[in-house]
Order: sequence, then C-alpha cells, then structure tokens
Amino acid sequence: MQVRVQSDAFDTGAELAGFAQGRHDIGAVVSFTGVVRDTAGDLDHMLMEHYPGMTERAIGGIVDQAVARWALVDVLVIHRYGALAPGAPIMMVATAAGHRAEAFAAADFLMDYLKSRAPFWKKEVTREGAAWVAAKDADEQALKRW
Amino acid sequence: MNVMYFAWVRERIGLPQEQVKTQAATVAELVAELSAREERYAAAFADISALRVAVDQELADFDAPLAGVREVAFFPPMTGG
Repeated sequence: MQVRVQSDAFDTGAELAGFAQGRHDIGAVVSFTGVVRDTAGDLDHMLMEHYPGMTERAIGGIVDQAVARWALVDVLVIHRYGALAPGAPIMMVATAAGHRAEAFAAADFLMDYLKSRAPFWKKEVTREGAAWVAAKDADEQALKRW
Repeated sequence: MNVMYFAWVRERIGLPQEQVKTQAATVAELVAELSAREERYAAAFADISALRVAVDQELADFDAPLAGVREVAFFPPMTGG
C-alpha cells in the first residue's frame, strides 16, 4: 500500500508499470486518473490547497477501510497539491486484486472518499479572477452508497 | 491551542494559523469566542453549516470537546480527487 502527497507531476503510465510488479496472485488492476479540466476555456491553472499531516492521515484511513473491506493485493494513491496546469494529472488511484470486481469496487470507493473526506480544496484561477470550487451535494450523497 | 484555517476561511480571516489561549469547552464555544473578536472572524463563521472542523487532524462535530486538544482546523467542505 502506498500513499504519496506531492506537488510534482507524475507519470501515470510509469506508475502503473511499476505497480504491484512481480506479484503473481493478481488477476486485475484498475486505475483512475483525475485531470485538471478547463470547463469554460479560460482556466489559467488550478490551485490545490491541502492540510499537511491530516491529508496523509485521512488518505491512509480511507485506504485502510478499503483494505478491510475488499481482498486487495495492493493499493496506490498519489494526490498532488499546488498550482496545476489544465490537462495535468491531479491524482491517481490504482487497486490490484485477485478478481476485477474487488479492484473496481475498491477504486470506486477510494475515489468517492478522496473527493469528500481528504482535506483538499480546489481553486480555479482564470484570466477574470479566482474562485473556490464548491463541493457538490452529489459527492456527499455518493458516500451513502458504501 | 493551534487554530488553523484553510481555503476561503483562511482568506476571509486573513491568516493560515494562530495560537489561541481559550477556556472553550467545545468547538462551538471556540467559534463563539473567535466570532466575538472581530468582524472578519464573525464573517467567516457566520454560517457554520457551510464549514467543517477537524480536531487534532480528525473530522469532528461542532459539539466536540476541546479538553487536551492541540490543534483545531476550520475549512469548507473538501474538494479533492
């Protein structure tokens, strides 16, 4: 299990190539990559603020819940903070399991919880100004699925 | 106790963290004390339903006790992922 909170960019392909390498008890690897989206076409960059210390702790707790719930062989979570350019990766999750159902479900669970329970805040900086991204009710509702 | 502010709460109050000497028994009492200080605090805490709180880096409720607590953080709902 690996959790990394960093400002540096990461290479999703290289991360996946190294993930759960050398294990022969894995039948399925699922991954998700979150990318900075420029909805209105005027985004200069996204500022991702976080709470150092609590961030690592919260993500670790979410990963622990996933591991307790599904038969996972390995989990990788990378989440960036700082100034992120449009099109740049924000974060990724990868799960490895014996079968795909566990790997898909755990990745879905991890994403729902990282969205609303890991202490990150997005601010969109455009040519017109800057605005904090509001949390969506749907994201909070999504937690009830679990 | 170390009190921290994030995102628009930090911007509205105008600082990321501060040391606060308080006798507040709960988070809600601390919010009332801070709000009484100055307008910028009152503005940030005007609608606590729009805020979340962490006590010693764990999400908590506004009625959480503060005995023995070292760090309290206030912030809007999180937008990770």
